[in-house]
Amino acid sequence: MLDDFLVRALLAGIGLALVTGPIGCFIVWRRMAYFGETIAHSALLGVALAIVTNIHLAVGIFVTACLVVMVMFLVEQRETLPSDTLLGLLAHGGLALGLVVLSFFPQFRVDLHALLFGDILAVSRNDLAVIWLGGAAALVVLWRIWRSLLATTVNTDLAVVAGLRPEQARLVFGFLVAAVIAVAIKIVGVLLIVALLVIPAATVRRFAANPENMAVSAAAAGVLAVAGGLTASAQLDTPSGPSIVLAILLLFILTRIRWRRTAQRHSAPR
Amino acid sequence: MINSRLFRFSGWGSHRHRMEGNQGKPGKCRKEPPPEGGNPVAVRPPSQPNCLRADRPGFSGPDGSRPILTAHNIGVRRGERWIIRHVNFSIKPKELVHLVGANGAGKSTCMKAILGLIDINEGGVERKPSLEVGYVPQRLAISPTMPLSMRRMVRLTGDFTDDAVDNALATVKLERLGDPPVTTLSGGELQRLLLARALIHKPDLLILDEPAQGIDVAGAEMLHQLIEDIRVQFSCGILMSSHDARMALEGGSDVDLVMLVPYEHDHSNLANAG
Repeated sequence: MLDDFLVRALLAGIGLALVTGPIGCFIVWRRMAYFGETIAHSALLGVALAIVTNIHLAVGIFVTACLVVMVMFLVEQRETLPSDTLLGLLAHGGLALGLVVLSFFPQFRVDLHALLFGDILAVSRNDLAVIWLGGAAALVVLWRIWRSLLATTVNTDLAVVAGLRPEQARLVFGFLVAAVIAVAIKIVGVLLIVALLVIPAATVRRFAANPENMAVSAAAAGVLAVAGGLTASAQLDTPSGPSIVLAILLLFILTRIRWRRTAQRHSAPR
Repeated sequence: MINSRLFRFSGWGSHRHRMEGNQGKPGKCRKEPPPEGGNPVAVRPPSQPNCLRADRPGFSGPDGSRPILTAHNIGVRRGERWIIRHVNFSIKPKELVHLVGANGAGKSTCMKAILGLIDINEGGVERKPSLEVGYVPQRLAISPTMPLSMRRMVRLTGDFTDDAVDNALATVKLERLGDPPVTTLSGGELQRLLLARALIHKPDLLILDEPAQGIDVAGAEMLHQLIEDIRVQFSCGILMSSHDARMALEGGSDVDLVMLVPYEHDHSNLANAG
């Protein structure tokens, strides 16, 4: 069954969506979308690092992303610059540095297109193992820091007074995002990964009464979108990564429209 | 290490480097009327305090109870400016201490310093070992993207049973609301919910930052009655800030008052005006 590239693609996408759902919720709650973009942009530097040192691409991306997270974390506490300015600095600095470093090694050909937009149909059995085992590990870590991270998202002072060590949780969460992005780049690419984090969470927000609830629904919405997007991509012969993102977007728009109608019906008698 | 600690405790550390307009005057410290049944307040005038009621650190109360928290001459500086300085007080079990001062007097800073949320530049805070502190912040802005129901909010910082949540909500009289989203609660309801979240941890010390802020008179009176009930029921010490001294003065025998004035103000003028 795993011999079929479409099945492998589907399994990879589902595995990824199960992780990006809950993590994406925190990205939305904590307004970290640009933080995700920054890590994704820095991936190019990671690719350069991986090629120069001859290590696996995902490992190179992960290591670089973790460095960016740590730099961000340290600078944020010292600098008075607003955090989005800092992120802009890091995102584009990392991207530019990656491109320049790559230009020194013309003998290595990098498939920029695959890097930017992903290539889920090229997922191997090894990739599948990395996605599912890594994804399970990421979910376990998230579960361990859940209370602390949630408390600091609501109010950092409350978390500190309750002895929950929110700084530590925030750093660990940064590394989690780095790991997810390192793995996800193969599937949807640098430019589209944040959509997979943000849109499922935004889609289910209306229907969730509790954070835990929202995390699970976001994962489910992501899985639905991956299945729909891949099927459409196979039927219509469209690029897979963008098709998945469009499917999530469609889901988001559909839930909005339905909600509007019910709202109108409720207000009609007035 | 010990030396530097003592040095900081003495409170003279960086004072010498600072040129105050009224440096030459002796620091004036107004004596508060001693609380009923309490001992007279021994006032040791530190130079230029912004705390008008200097308590004696480590004082043992009439019932022999030791303070659960003592602030020793604490000062917090932001850049070159002292936000608070020479603040001394202590809280004993079952004692209600009001931190009273105008806007900008440093009430919130003082509380955050005691809670360890900001660094103290001078002096120190002594806590009873394994002191459980409950904190009710002045306001809480919950992002509309975060779905958070009332009952979930009570369990935000700990794992508690449904019964414990019911009890905490009943204590603050929110049990009849069901489980609405936190974003739909009124200011007073949110304040009581935050109180329930603190109470579920069974604190030895409850710290409330301007709980009556933005709540109407009836709501504020209800809240103060509630806090009084909690003090008796949980037998915890309470530190509460307010810019209105009236409530504090109306309190009973266990009520203590700490006045904070902006550090930069001339204390002698204030004392004369009073």
